Amino acid sequence: MSNTYDPVEVTPLHADEVARAQADALAAIAAARDLDDLKQVRLAHVGDRSPIALANREIGALPPAARAEAGKRIGAARKAIGEALAARQAELEAERDARVLIEETVDVTLPWDRAPRGARHPLTTLQERIADAFVAMGYEVAEGPELEGEWFNFDALNIAPDHPARSDHDTFFVESVDSGKVLRTQTSPVQIRALLSRPLPVYVVSPGKTFRTDELDATHTPVFHQVEGLAVDKGLTMAHLKGTLDRFAEVMFGAGITTRFRPHYFPFTEPSAELDLRCFVCRGSSAVPGNPPCRTCKSEGWIEWGGCGMVNPRVLLACGVDPAVYSGFAFGMGVERTLMFRHNAEDMRDMVEGDIRFTLPFGMEV
Amino acid sequence: MKVPLSWLREYVDLPAVTAQEVADRLTAAGLKLEAIHSHGHEIKNVVVGRVLEIEELTGFKKPIRHCKVEVGEATPREIVCGATNFSVGAVVPVALPGAVLPGGFEIGSRKTYGRLSDGMICSEAELGIAESSPGILLLPEDTPIGADVVELLGLRDDVLELEVATDRGYALSIRGVAREAAIAFGVPFRDPAATEAESGGGQSWPAAIEDPSACDRFVLRSVTGFDPAAESPLWMRVRLARAGMRSVSLAVDITNYVMLELGQPLHAFDRSRLSGPVVVRRARPGETLETLDHVVRTLHEEDILITDDSGPISMAGTMGGLHTEISDTSTDIVIEAAHFSATGIARESRRHNLVSEASKRFERGVDRELPLAASWRAVQLLVELGGAVADPGVTHTQVDVSPVRITIPADHPSRVAGVTYDRETVIRRLEQIGCTVTEGAAPAATAGHGVAATGVLASGDLAGRLAVPGDDLITVTPPTWRPDLTDPNDLAEEVIRLEGYDRIPSVLPPAPAGGGLTEAQRLRRRVGRALAHAGYVEVLAYPFMGPRDLDNLLLPEQDPRRRATRLVNPLSEDEPFMRTTLLPGLLKTLVRNVGRGHSDVALFESGLVYRPEPQAPATAPVLPVDRRPTEEELAAIETALPRQPLRVAVVLAGEFERSGWWGEGRQASWADAVEAARTVARAAGVELGVRADQHEPWHPGRCAALTVTDAETGETVLAGHAGELHPRVVEAYGLPPRTCAMELELSLLTPTGPVQTPAVSAYPVATQDVALTVAVSTPVAEVEAALREGAGELLESIRLFDVYTGPQVGEGNKSLAYTLRFRAPDRTLTVEETTAARDAAVALAAERTGAQLRGA
Repeated sequence: MSNTYDPVEVTPLHADEVARAQADALAAIAAARDLDDLKQVRLAHVGDRSPIALANREIGALPPAARAEAGKRIGAARKAIGEALAARQAELEAERDARVLIEETVDVTLPWDRAPRGARHPLTTLQERIADAFVAMGYEVAEGPELEGEWFNFDALNIAPDHPARSDHDTFFVESVDSGKVLRTQTSPVQIRALLSRPLPVYVVSPGKTFRTDELDATHTPVFHQVEGLAVDKGLTMAHLKGTLDRFAEVMFGAGITTRFRPHYFPFTEPSAELDLRCFVCRGSSAVPGNPPCRTCKSEGWIEWGGCGMVNPRVLLACGVDPAVYSGFAFGMGVERTLMFRHNAEDMRDMVEGDIRFTLPFGMEV
Repeated sequence: MKVPLSWLREYVDLPAVTAQEVADRLTAAGLKLEAIHSHGHEIKNVVVGRVLEIEELTGFKKPIRHCKVEVGEATPREIVCGATNFSVGAVVPVALPGAVLPGGFEIGSRKTYGRLSDGMICSEAELGIAESSPGILLLPEDTPIGADVVELLGLRDDVLELEVATDRGYALSIRGVAREAAIAFGVPFRDPAATEAESGGGQSWPAAIEDPSACDRFVLRSVTGFDPAAESPLWMRVRLARAGMRSVSLAVDITNYVMLELGQPLHAFDRSRLSGPVVVRRARPGETLETLDHVVRTLHEEDILITDDSGPISMAGTMGGLHTEISDTSTDIVIEAAHFSATGIARESRRHNLVSEASKRFERGVDRELPLAASWRAVQLLVELGGAVADPGVTHTQVDVSPVRITIPADHPSRVAGVTYDRETVIRRLEQIGCTVTEGAAPAATAGHGVAATGVLASGDLAGRLAVPGDDLITVTPPTWRPDLTDPNDLAEEVIRLEGYDRIPSVLPPAPAGGGLTEAQRLRRRVGRALAHAGYVEVLAYPFMGPRDLDNLLLPEQDPRRRATRLVNPLSEDEPFMRTTLLPGLLKTLVRNVGRGHSDVALFESGLVYRPEPQAPATAPVLPVDRRPTEEELAAIETALPRQPLRVAVVLAGEFERSGWWGEGRQASWADAVEAARTVARAAGVELGVRADQHEPWHPGRCAALTVTDAETGETVLAGHAGELHPRVVEAYGLPPRTCAMELELSLLTPTGPVQTPAVSAYPVATQDVALTVAVSTPVAEVEAALREGAGELLESIRLFDVYTGPQVGEGNKSLAYTLRFRAPDRTLTVEETTAARDAAVALAAERTGAQLRGA
């Protein structure tokens, strides 16, 4: 700084000059037509080489007494310009957005089905859902071969060779009728395998494919699926069987949907029962005369679901389990049938034929 | 079993309840209602009439009569009738105008054949008695004229059709159902078999049991002077029809009627056709018998036969012989009532594919004490209805049988049910079904003897092991009509069901400590979800295939997939094999979908295939059931079974990415099939090896072998194939062009263990692109493997972003452009470091595959 410098000669700091620079800037800002213009204006009027910036740099040249006033003047001018810039910026951005984003508008209702859509078969996912209900009760999922030894499929299950129950099973014989090999007619042989291979107590559920020589029609298929359950422990009773199936029914069909037992005969359980499910649609009301009919249960109030009973002690013996110490229960139901009434599937052929229109709506879970 | 309620009510005093209420009680007791058939409720205004005059009308295509019929009104009715089996004076049922016949058929007064017809003379069919009838129903002369026909003939009835479980032979009779109904309603039961059957006197015909394992009681009674022209009375025909049996002749109808009522199958022989003593024995080699159905049957040496000096005259409990059959001239009749081996009859019936009402009952167990009573009842009916004279005496041969006795603690039913039944209840219920109950344990062994019953009797050791420990023992002797009651739990069931299954409370057992799904089970679900998310639709095809599939798939002679398990009785002779590959089912399902108008189809299936081992034993032994088999015995079954590995497969055709407003789609290709395998492998957490292969049914130039590394041995294992199908396979199945497929053995995809967490570096990435020229035949996978190995640890990822063939790389070459991304865990890489790594990668690729850096 030079002591000989004449402050009067620092023209850029004259109030007039500052006012003019501010007026020029505001005029230019107002005249900017778009954001590019405004960018130029910003450079010209608040950039390093702008009059205001240059004037600001001169403040130091003033005598200390004059600096405060000049600083205030410049500051006010910069603030006014800055505010005008911001306001114009916002204005121009809004203008641009309104224009450009509208230009970019698309039809969001256009379809976008480029990728193929897949689905799992409802019989698979229904078996999983059933298995999960039991896994949640502490059961494990047991498996066995589909082409099975006759001993596992019949004899060990107390279905003697000449018992009429054996001929009730329309059996696919393998290789020859006396090969001792069959396509399993039920998932019950898995019970035997579980008892032979697992330490007691045993709590297993076994979904799977089964075979009987029925002709395919709306309500029969020679290849079908069952879910079988088995519990062998100390002190199990029919009350435990009922409790387990009631719980299962609620998990599958909702609170308050319970089961009913009717006496029946199965060689591998004694006592045996047929298992009915309280109709989950009408909840039994359709069975009362005068009430509206129900399609799901045919107005019977109950739906036939499967079979169950206390494991026949002879079956335990064949597996080396002492019936004097252990007792057990077993139950089974058809998966196709369950799908039919749970999902209003009317024709079993649809489950077999693999038409993608049948399967796609079921997605990943049922 | 069809049970007319009127018949049931003869033996049990049912309260005034509806058929449905009776059915509900029986269902709750285990005799499940199938259907209620109501008969005659709608019939009204049908009365008894007498034909006074008949005028034959002429000029019509068939004989037409104009009759005057007295119906108990002031004046006779004029009725036109097309039947001719009646004459003046005949007593007939007449439907008056305003009458309603079965099916809601209303009768009016109308003009027909030029005359007034003021009603209708009815046949049995028109009254709902028979399915069809040749003429008018003729009533006995002394029937009161004007009486209500429905009341008179008992046409109003409800028939309960009950499902009888295979162990409840006794319920295949009015007697058995009546007993259950009486218990269910708590009302008295009158046993129709409790008659004083004549049992004294000499033999009515000489007979002997030669094989006591075939028959343990054999009874013959005879009558003479039977009128072969005698007709079955209407009430009997109505009942037989209601119970679902056809009326044949009086003698045969009587045997059927008694069988339905008591449950004892009977057989009637024409006595004049018998020669010499009747013997019950097994068949001898080469013996034949022409049965009632005019079939000459070659007998099996286990067949149980009724024979005389001439040889076999009847297949016991199954079907009679033609020669000794009752004919329309038979006057002297021998009635047979026997107790045959249940298993013997079951086998005989199955061997000859002959299921009769008799065999059904014998298989399920018939009351051993019935033959004397049932044969007596039949003789009485022959005398009463057929004018026969009963011969004195009865032939009664039998084998001594000691009854089954079962000892249980009195609280056994309570412990099975989880409900407390007091001691008195247990004993009362058991006595209600006919058991004898005594205090304490049985003095001797509990085994029964005689012919094998329905169930396998518990004898010796087995009975001991089935014995239930406990105090307060009672010993139960089941009634002779309940051969199914052999074990302690059988008795428990009787008590529990009669007390009501609805009394069993619902109690959740304590939850066991389960381990959840296994890894393999989780994997199978994951694979299904992954493929479905990738665009595949799951199918569950039948696991059968035929020789044609093997040819369609172009499988060579020695291909192990040709070694398939054959079914004895396949659904279709075209598909007698169990599948050895998932492809046939999937391909046929694909064709079906295309046929139904779906041009873009991607399917998957996950399921077992059946792979018999060539050296496996032909038969799987049938092991004993009275003990746990040994490990060796169990292994003998396992080795005879085919291997049944789990596989997953996909097939796809048409567009896999669809065309649309966005532009062209993409046809399904070999690459999608290979990618499906990678999808499965990723779901399994397994690294999949891919190399070119030639394997049917795939296109030899577009087939990938899929390999995995065995987790234990470290060896590379072939796990499947993927690619485009051979054009000839496409043609053979009628598939869309360029159909692709993948099949993988899921059982081989075992994850190596938990995923190890990668180190995630925050330092910047350094990217290097390289373009390499290799021979067209060089697999990309090899180039990439070399690059990866050569680049070393700093390589984070490698990606092929372009493949180019053309003049710039020369004939027979292709250019592969890769982006290599490098990153270090602990520092920013220098240009020198990444360049060195890239050069090392290129150098190894050059060494292994002859790759040349382009532009170098």
